[in-house]
Amino acid sequence: MLDADFFRRWMTATAASVDREADRLTALDSPIGDADHGSNLRRGFAAVTAALEKEAPRTPGAVLILTGRQLISTVGGASGPLYGTLLRRTGKALGDAPEVGPEQLAEALRTGVDAVRQLGGAAPGDKTMIDALVPAVDALGDGFGAALAAAEQGAEATTPLLARKGRASYLGERSIGHQDPGATSAALLIAALAEAEAGSDAGADAGGE
Amino acid sequence: MSDDRLVGIVLVSHSAAVAASVAELAQGLVGGGPEVPVAPAGGTEGGGFGTSAELVAAAAAAVDRGAGVAVLTDLGSAVLTVKALLAEGDELPDGTRMVDAPFVEGAVAAVVTAATGADLDAVVAAAEEAYGYRKA
Repeated sequence: MLDADFFRRWMTATAASVDREADRLTALDSPIGDADHGSNLRRGFAAVTAALEKEAPRTPGAVLILTGRQLISTVGGASGPLYGTLLRRTGKALGDAPEVGPEQLAEALRTGVDAVRQLGGAAPGDKTMIDALVPAVDALGDGFGAALAAAEQGAEATTPLLARKGRASYLGERSIGHQDPGATSAALLIAALAEAEAGSDAGADAGGE
Repeated sequence: MSDDRLVGIVLVSHSAAVAASVAELAQGLVGGGPEVPVAPAGGTEGGGFGTSAELVAAAAAAVDRGAGVAVLTDLGSAVLTVKALLAEGDELPDGTRMVDAPFVEGAVAAVVTAATGADLDAVVAAAEEAYGYRKA
């Protein structure tokens, strides 16, 4: 079962990898976006880490709802409301349960992804974060490792696509040949699930309270 | 309208200067009517280009007179941030609505209509009708 600690580790692992990969995300965002994806997400997840430490939410749902709210208010770019909605809706779908199973997480995450699709109007193949998230959620039943592989594959598969949403869509065919930064950061979020799982075995969060 | 409370207007742009200028322009075109509560929410809190949920929420609270608030946005994160805040449920005043309208023309139509004491539905409709104004 996955408790609030697992979800906190998930978010702090995401924050760490966003921080590590921020320059790469911004570089991906330079040819087809406005070159702020890495710095925006870094700021957002730094605020998330601070808020989780300060408020210490006690349930998986509360961890994700707090995270979502922080992202919406601190990111400053489109990824804020998109990731914020993803995690907040996922958190709401988890309800008040003190622990949830992996299948509940998969189901809740699907609710979150659906909310993102509704908010941004993006469908699979539009060269967005959806292209990493949908295959990841589909693969989640086979474990976090499978979800990670699916997300990374989905992100890489955005390279030949024509962007249909956001600023990149103004570029038309010139958006072809670039991996989508949003799909890339979405793969980081999914990758952090496996890290959070490993963290519980290694006791990496010892003294984290 | 049962009293003289006016609909509030919030203008959300990626740029603080754009939001403030459009607010000024729209209010300038009202003429001699009552002063419509209009608040710009432009850029990030740090003064850069982007959207600040905090500035949007503060602007909506500032223009709320109890008759509803119409929010106009430019593009991208401005649209998504307002939609996400509306979905949240408690971040914006009751009766806040996002308007699907062109930013400048919609703002002028909304503010001028609000100055007549029109209700939120009429203000939103006037702003949305701005899409129908062809220039060529």
